Amino acid sequence: MADEKKLCLCGSGLTKIYGLGRQKCIAVDHVDFEISECEFVSIVGESGSGKTTLAKMLLGLTKPTEGEIYFQGKKRDISTLRKKKEYWKSIQAIFQDPYSSYNTFNKIDTVLLDCISMRGGRKLPHAKKIDLMEEACSFVNLKFEELTNKYPFELSGGQMQRLMIARIFILKPQILMADEPTSMIDACSRATILDMLMKLRKDIGMTIIFITHDIGLAYYISDCVYIMEHGKIIESGSAEEVILHPKEEYTRRLINDVPKIHEEWDLSSVSYA
Amino acid sequence: MKNTIQQVFHSRKFVTGFSIFMALLLIVFFYPFLIKDDPLAIIGQGNFFPPGIYVNVYDSLHSTTYILNLDDAAVKRIGNTLGDQERQDIKDWLVAYGIPEDQIDIDNTKQLLTQWEENYDPNISVTDMTFARQRYYERIDTSLKGLLSTEGMIIAKTNPQTGVLEQTDTIEQSEYADISEVANIKVLPLGTDNFGRDVLTELVKATGVSLQIGFIAGTIATLIGLFLGLLSGYVGGLMDDIIMFFTNLFTVIPSFVLLILISFSIGQDNRGASTIAVVIGFTSWVWTARAVRSQVISLRNRDHVNLSKLSGHSTFHIIINDILPYIASYVIMALILQISSAILAEASLSILGLGPRTTEIPTLGLMMNWAMIYQAQILGKWWAYFPVIVMIALITFSLNLMNTGLDQVFNPALRD
Repeated sequence: MADEKKLCLCGSGLTKIYGLGRQKCIAVDHVDFEISECEFVSIVGESGSGKTTLAKMLLGLTKPTEGEIYFQGKKRDISTLRKKKEYWKSIQAIFQDPYSSYNTFNKIDTVLLDCISMRGGRKLPHAKKIDLMEEACSFVNLKFEELTNKYPFELSGGQMQRLMIARIFILKPQILMADEPTSMIDACSRATILDMLMKLRKDIGMTIIFITHDIGLAYYISDCVYIMEHGKIIESGSAEEVILHPKEEYTRRLINDVPKIHEEWDLSSVSYA
Repeated sequence: MKNTIQQVFHSRKFVTGFSIFMALLLIVFFYPFLIKDDPLAIIGQGNFFPPGIYVNVYDSLHSTTYILNLDDAAVKRIGNTLGDQERQDIKDWLVAYGIPEDQIDIDNTKQLLTQWEENYDPNISVTDMTFARQRYYERIDTSLKGLLSTEGMIIAKTNPQTGVLEQTDTIEQSEYADISEVANIKVLPLGTDNFGRDVLTELVKATGVSLQIGFIAGTIATLIGLFLGLLSGYVGGLMDDIIMFFTNLFTVIPSFVLLILISFSIGQDNRGASTIAVVIGFTSWVWTARAVRSQVISLRNRDHVNLSKLSGHSTFHIIINDILPYIASYVIMALILQISSAILAEASLSILGLGPRTTEIPTLGLMMNWAMIYQAQILGKWWAYFPVIVMIALITFSLNLMNTGLDQVFNPALRD
């Protein structure tokens, strides 16, 4: 890993346990990681491997049972709502399901206006706000005139997810937690969305933590890959290192499970565990 | 929002329930403007007058008379006077006299009278008849002859100067009075109750009071349930444990027993309609709280709530904007059910004599209580309790129908 880079987000011994006694379920098990600034990090693992729980802990939406998170070299402090708000100015998220990410009772304008006021633009004149929203929408190839006064459910899944990116464009956080943002979307929209994310990253110098179960995708886009299995990080390193020369059996299996074009799909190693 | 309301009014069940309920509300609201009687005025001396149009006899004597010659007038007059027992006795005599039983029809007054006139002779003694029985048949004969006579009835008045009865008028049997010309007519569509009060006016007033009790109790129960449910569901942790402890406590104790005990301890003098409503409201919030809590818990971890948190919104803002709209349909449905169950609870309490104190306002339960105390159900005075039952059934039916309709709109799995 590049040592000369500034560390952005670190975790040591992060653990999350749901339930008590017999129903105890260890979702994330003593995870350590270091994420540098402007890095594109992928966390890969199958469903139930604790990726989303890890993401929620990093976002500050759930409290870790054990372990510490260090943000920009200091211990993260989100004990009060005000501190949380400060923290959330620098870390934001895109969720997996665009259909459930929106409050269906609020208009699209509200979603974007909330972001503007979070950036301290609550008292801006109305025309200025509209300008900002238009800029954000045009960045993600959406027309603000067509969206204004509409409800989120009137949009397609791809449009909704692009609007999520527009939200990030306004907020300009230092870290973006993308929790499987493309898994519910068709391949074409997926390429567009990934392209937009990369562009956004280049524009504002953002660290992206990309959670996915698609190891092939992770290879193409990321600098650094973490492989998770049953709440543990079992392998980590640069994308080439991990995916082209996997050390663990589990990683090899994950790579093998990806269907490849022009090749017979080998299902012999698929496990039904 | 507009879309949802449109959808709701396309549900046939909801519209049916809603129209019945609105009709009831309109009747309750406009009836007092049309009929300004005091609902609890005691107008009848005596209890349980049957439903009907009551014409003042005195006034009818003084109204213009019209002569109508109708053939069956006499028969109808006698037929109305002859009781079932007398008809049976006449039949018994005729059978004993020797007329075959299958030729006698006690419901056919005209035929029965002809047979009696042809055959009866006080001097003929049929077998096994006591002297008293013979006298009884003579009396029947006399009264029938009196009814059959064509002479008019004389009206006499005491002359205030001489103190002597003087004939003032004669009423012929063929004289008729136009009902619209009689000064005093009282229409009692549902008769009077045990206190001699007009049942219909009382029923409308009682429905209004019961609906008020239902609304107050339902609103209180829903508000408490909503508040506690939101608090325990969204905040979670220790708060959740404490609230659920009390909720479970109230769930285990049957709320009706609680209701009886509280109503009893308040005492007869302090129990007004609103007190009862508040008591009902404070004992029936449990299920709303539990249901709201479980809904909120499932909403709490949704992405849109997380996103709202990430946008820096306060807990209050999130509850109002991101949680409440999603459970609003459910809460409205719960409110409707709470109203209908509160009306039923009031009726159950009142029929036990633990309702609002009597003689000031009627409620549906109190009307049933009064009818029960005066044994209307044993005496067969159906108008004292049956309309009340129908009214309670209509209210709860319409509210439940509305609830089912809403359920079908909001829960697509139930749509047919």
